[in-house]
Amino acid sequence: MASLKSIKKRIVSVKNTRQITKAMKMVSAAKLRRAQENVVAARPYAKKLGEVLQSLSANIEGDLHPLLEKRDAKKLLLIVITSDRGLCGGFNTNLCKAADRYIKENASTYEQISVMTVGRKGYEFLKSRYTVYKNFANVLAKPNYQTAAMLAQEVIDGFVAEEYDKVELLYNSFRTVMTQDITFEQMLPVAPEAAVASDETPVEFIYEPSVSELLAEILPKNIEVQIFKAMLETVAGEHGARMTAMDSASKNANEMIGKLTLQYNRARQAAITTELMEIISGSESIKG
Amino acid sequence: MAEKMKLEIVTPYKKVVETEVEEVTATGKLGEFGVLPGHAPFLTSLKIGELAYKNDGITEHMSLNWGYFEVQDDKIIVLVETAETAAEIDVERAKAALGRAEEALKKLTSEDKEHKIQEAALERAIIRMQVAGKNVRK
Repeated sequence: MASLKSIKKRIVSVKNTRQITKAMKMVSAAKLRRAQENVVAARPYAKKLGEVLQSLSANIEGDLHPLLEKRDAKKLLLIVITSDRGLCGGFNTNLCKAADRYIKENASTYEQISVMTVGRKGYEFLKSRYTVYKNFANVLAKPNYQTAAMLAQEVIDGFVAEEYDKVELLYNSFRTVMTQDITFEQMLPVAPEAAVASDETPVEFIYEPSVSELLAEILPKNIEVQIFKAMLETVAGEHGARMTAMDSASKNANEMIGKLTLQYNRARQAAITTELMEIISGSESIKG
Repeated sequence: MAEKMKLEIVTPYKKVVETEVEEVTATGKLGEFGVLPGHAPFLTSLKIGELAYKNDGITEHMSLNWGYFEVQDDKIIVLVETAETAAEIDVERAKAALGRAEEALKKLTSEDKEHKIQEAALERAIIRMQVAGKNVRK
C-alpha cells in the first residue's frame, strides 16, 4: 500500500486539478453565453442575405458572375475551422479526423486538394499530413467581421485566378451546448437552391442597379457572411465542448478524490493499528 | 393597400430595428429614394448614407454603412454592415475620424489603394455627423 504521505500528496494534486477544471468550466460557461448570443444575432443576417441571393439568382440566366462559374472540379480547397486552444474534448480531434478522412476519400476525385486552416489546432494536426496552404491563427479569440471579410477575399481571389475550382468549408456547427455537428458546406462556386423558389413566386423585381451588378456585390458578401457565421459557430461550439469536457473532468476529479480519501483513511487506520500493536507488545514484554 | 410597412434592419451582429413604418427614405447606389406602402418589389444596393423612417409622424434617422434594401409585399428588409441610430453616434469620434480621413486624403492620390478606404471613412464620418445633428434639432 502506498505510504500515507504519497496518498496525501495525490489528493492535494487532484484537488488542485479540480480547481482548475472547475474554473475553466465557469469561464467557458460565461464565454459560451456571449458566443451563443453572437451566433443567434448573426443568424438573421445570414438567412436574409441567403434569401436575397436566392431571389436574385432566380432571375438570372447563365453564368453572369465568375463566382457562379462551374468548372471541372479538379482542384479543391478545403477550409477547416478549428479552435486555437485545446482542452475541449473531442471538439477539434473529431473535426480533424473528418477532414483527414474526407481528403483520403476524395484524393482520387481531384487532382489536387489544398488545405487552408483557421485555428491553431487544425493547423497542427493537418500540417504533418498535408501541406497546409495557408493558416490563420488567433483570429477566433474575438471573431469580427473584418477578419471574415479578409479571409473571404483570399478565397475569392484564389477562385477567380483558378488556383482552385471548388471551395468547401468544414467546421463544427453549434447545435446545442452538448452537441456540435461536423458540417461540410460548399462555398464556391455558389450553388443557390433556386429551383423551389423560382416556380412559385415569379415576382418581377425592380433591380437597381442591374442584376449583374447587384450579384457582383452580393456574392462576395455572401461568402464573407458564410465564413463569419462558421467562425462564430466554431467559437460557440468550442466553449460548449470545453464546458462539457471540464464538467466531466471535475466530476472525475471528485470521484478520484473520494477514492483516494478512502484509501488514505484505510492506510491511516492500518498505521494506527500497527502502532498500537507495537506499543502493546512492547509493554507486554516489559511486564513479562 | 396596407397603410404601414414592416421594416427590418439587420446587421451581422444584431437585428437593429424591427418596426412598423409609414415611409422610408434611403440612399441607394443611384441616389436617394423613398418607399411608401404598396411599393413594387424592389431590390437595390445602398451606399454609405442615411436612412430615415417615419412612424406616427415621428422620423427616426440612422446612418448606414454598405448594404442592401429589399421591398416585397410591404415588407422591407435592410441588410447592412453597420447601422447606428442618431442617439448611438459618438459625434466626437466622428469628428476625429473626419479629421483623420481628411489628413490622410491630402497625402494620397486617387490611384492609391488607401484612397478608396479613406474616402469611405470620410463619407461615413460626414453621414454620422449629419444624422447626429438631426437628432439634436428635433
